[in-house]
Amino acid sequence: MFLIKEKIMRKTSIFLVFAALCMFAATAATAQNGDVLIKNATVMTASKGTLQNTDILIQNGKITRIGKNLTSGSARVIDATGKYVTPGIIDAHSHAMLDAINESSFSVTSMTDVKDALDPDDISIYRALAGGTTAALLLHGSANSIGGQSATIKFKYGKGKDDFLIKDAPTGIKFAMGENVKRSNFNVPGMTPRYPRTRMGVVETVRDAFTRARDYRQAWADFNAKKTKTPPRRDLQLEPLVEILEGKRIVHAHGYRSDEQLNLLKIADEFGFKIGTLQHGLETYKFAPEIAKHGAGVSIFIDSWSYKIEGYDAIPFTAYMLWKQGIVVSINSDSDERIRRLNLDAAKAMKYGGVPEEDALKMVTLNPAIQLGIGKRTGSIEVGKDGDVVIWTGHPFSPYSRVETTMIEGEVYFDRAADAQKRTAAEAEKAALLKDKMNSGPATGSGPGAGPRIPRESIVHDRDHADQEKTGDTHTDQEGGHR
Amino acid sequence: MKNLINIKKLADFLRSGSVAVIAMLMLAVGSVSAQSDGSQQNKTGRAGTFAITNARIVTVSGEVIEKGSVLIRDGKIAAVGTSIQIPRGAETIKGDGMTVFPGMIDAATNLGLAEISGGANATMDVQEVGSINANARAIKGVNPHSSHVNVTRINGITTVISFPTGGLISGQAALINLNGSTQDEMAVVPEAGLIVNFPRVATGRRFGFGGPGAGGGTDFNAALRRRDEQLDELKKLFEAAKNYQKARAAYESDKSLPYLATDAQYEALVPYVTGQKPIFFTAEREIDIKGVAKFVADMKLKGIIIGGQEAWKAADDLKKNNIAVIFTNIYSLPTSQDYPYDYYFAAPGKMQSAGIKFAVSTGEGGGEVRDLPYQAGIAGAFGLTPEQALRSVTLNPAEILGVADKLGSIEVGKIANVVVADGDILDPRTKIQHMFIGGRLIPLTSRHTELFDSFKNRTASPK
Repeated sequence: MFLIKEKIMRKTSIFLVFAALCMFAATAATAQNGDVLIKNATVMTASKGTLQNTDILIQNGKITRIGKNLTSGSARVIDATGKYVTPGIIDAHSHAMLDAINESSFSVTSMTDVKDALDPDDISIYRALAGGTTAALLLHGSANSIGGQSATIKFKYGKGKDDFLIKDAPTGIKFAMGENVKRSNFNVPGMTPRYPRTRMGVVETVRDAFTRARDYRQAWADFNAKKTKTPPRRDLQLEPLVEILEGKRIVHAHGYRSDEQLNLLKIADEFGFKIGTLQHGLETYKFAPEIAKHGAGVSIFIDSWSYKIEGYDAIPFTAYMLWKQGIVVSINSDSDERIRRLNLDAAKAMKYGGVPEEDALKMVTLNPAIQLGIGKRTGSIEVGKDGDVVIWTGHPFSPYSRVETTMIEGEVYFDRAADAQKRTAAEAEKAALLKDKMNSGPATGSGPGAGPRIPRESIVHDRDHADQEKTGDTHTDQEGGHR
Repeated sequence: MKNLINIKKLADFLRSGSVAVIAMLMLAVGSVSAQSDGSQQNKTGRAGTFAITNARIVTVSGEVIEKGSVLIRDGKIAAVGTSIQIPRGAETIKGDGMTVFPGMIDAATNLGLAEISGGANATMDVQEVGSINANARAIKGVNPHSSHVNVTRINGITTVISFPTGGLISGQAALINLNGSTQDEMAVVPEAGLIVNFPRVATGRRFGFGGPGAGGGTDFNAALRRRDEQLDELKKLFEAAKNYQKARAAYESDKSLPYLATDAQYEALVPYVTGQKPIFFTAEREIDIKGVAKFVADMKLKGIIIGGQEAWKAADDLKKNNIAVIFTNIYSLPTSQDYPYDYYFAAPGKMQSAGIKFAVSTGEGGGEVRDLPYQAGIAGAFGLTPEQALRSVTLNPAEILGVADKLGSIEVGKIANVVVADGDILDPRTKIQHMFIGGRLIPLTSRHTELFDSFKNRTASPK
């Protein structure tokens, strides 16, 4: 409950939030237009090996040349001697920017769309950029067998929300299986339990939806063939499912147990569509051959486990075992916290089983790009691709490395040196604002403005804490309705 | 069905039984072991005399030895150096290309008390009912056979503090090595400290719908008053425990005095309120940490901070009162939107600069404690040197916990908690090659490696 209260508290101290936003908008404004030449870096391309002492030229947002001793022309030059450059990190499972995550009233909410809940000012975006993340799949929660439509975005912090959307990215949708769909941890006394309540019911809910979608498509086909005279009533719930049947919308399916995810693959086979990614999939190592046969990708946590019964059989070798089967694997965060350090999660794929370095890097760059259907334009450092790159102080898999600069399409969206400058300025500005008489509360009484506001501590034992806070769904207090 | 029930009962009995009984029953009833995948029984390793030769030795306490040997005998580190005598019969572990580290110590976890944190109450022993539980001891709740034990230790973490949570006084923390069939075998210091959740100056959590005042919002002064009231209660409790101890001692020396009945809470509190043993105060923010410092000074206590996310802002108060910090949750998101993005990543570096004694800890329930090296590593990217980062998870926690004579470095006479790795132990790419806890060579297996082995060669069965 207090999560909601926190939200209201935030609103009551609006002046501080405003100050904060001004500050970070100022930081984001460091994004610079124009061409860039990154000189003399160790370039980890994520597709064509690691290149020493190499330059990258980005013009009009695209990578136009990769090589040695490139001339800058009119491009701004960044000396990256001794530094590493990787593609921007891509998170195939995030809820950043979302003001709402779960529409949990029905078990099939394919009519909803997270694009209607985007907050382009979410500070999580800036923190993700500071960890080298440039793009993400923003997913609906996992309260439903068939959840809402997703957004494939780049973190163009400081721009309007429509600028975040990758225009030519295929559309997607969230599915889910298991305990969250069963609402196992969301019992509210006095409330009628929502169907389905078991794994049997979840399977039938999905089958029912696709049966209706198939009939709906048939009804339109009959009408268009003039077999019927009255057009079918337009059904916003079923239209996205028809797109799935026609291969036009990518299914991203949350699940934990191997049996439930295998059952979803079977439903897909029954209705003749493909699952794009199995999300979480902490037991996918148990049925990797079947996944390979179906052709689904998998997006996992590298080593989270044991945080609930469904995660108890998770092992950190999953990335390696799927990779060995030739499955496209990505490592995701599902967290505003973890999205800041996916490079180190990729490094763990080398430790557990021994995924080669480039293939480990792919798991947070090119592979998620492929899974999101944007692999042709981003995810690796290649001529013709978007200039989405990160400059690191050292090897991105070393714990001692930091992000220096994060660029999207050649524009700088995070720069540590610029951040340091803005920080000092913002601290001074905040101090001045706090001194302002207008911003001090009454001397007595119980108003929240009275006296200095002390930030509450936030411990992230529950790595979904930040996400839950944003759901506004009182049912998700204990366990994230999306993880 | 009948068979199932019997097995369940048997399992319950086994959990409550002695090791000998378990062993006998395991022999007698083969089907029981089939019920367990083996990971529920942590392998305790093999004792012996071991020599790790030709390795790079990061002693932490002294210089790095570029090519040397470590001798392990009778559970202790018996010799370290470039030209040590290897006794006949010692088992040699070739350390060529390897690096030897002291086992890492996570000084603030709930490991062994919390198997599955969400939605599985049957696996949770972290928090007792009520507010004052000084007599609740983590060592009596730790499950030696938790799968978190083997998963954590094979990442080079050999020792942890496990502590209870909740209430004002949660109970007593245990310092345990991550090996042993029984709680006693695991214990290094069974009662290592008292956990006190220091009352917060809480202004933020009482806002209701409708904005200011509507939900009984609290201003700063009111929050301070409430905190001070709670502190007064704590002071009274501590004073009462001291008086209890005086009255009991007086009776011991003069039996004509009235006998004071035994009180479980006071008994448990006495070593802590009299400053003999440390009290771990959980406190995160500057204002609360400064409150702890004052309380420790007023009450003449031995204090340690757990949490300490803003401890660098209270350096003088902490140093003046000899209060060290067990810094947890480096992955926390900055608490305020306008805080720098690296607010907590940079905190250990700031503590180092400010001269505060500190350790880096995960503060995790169990499953994620194995992330300790990488949490220290991130602190290494934001202000600590790699050497300082390593020290923050080895010798620093040992010193803070008062066990630097036993743990935390590669030195002769210390408990042989030794890790051999193929690279920097704080680097997520590094693989642990060998490890010892209490001089026992620990098999590098876990619930995870066992599941991996079970499925790594699986092929789909033809229809």
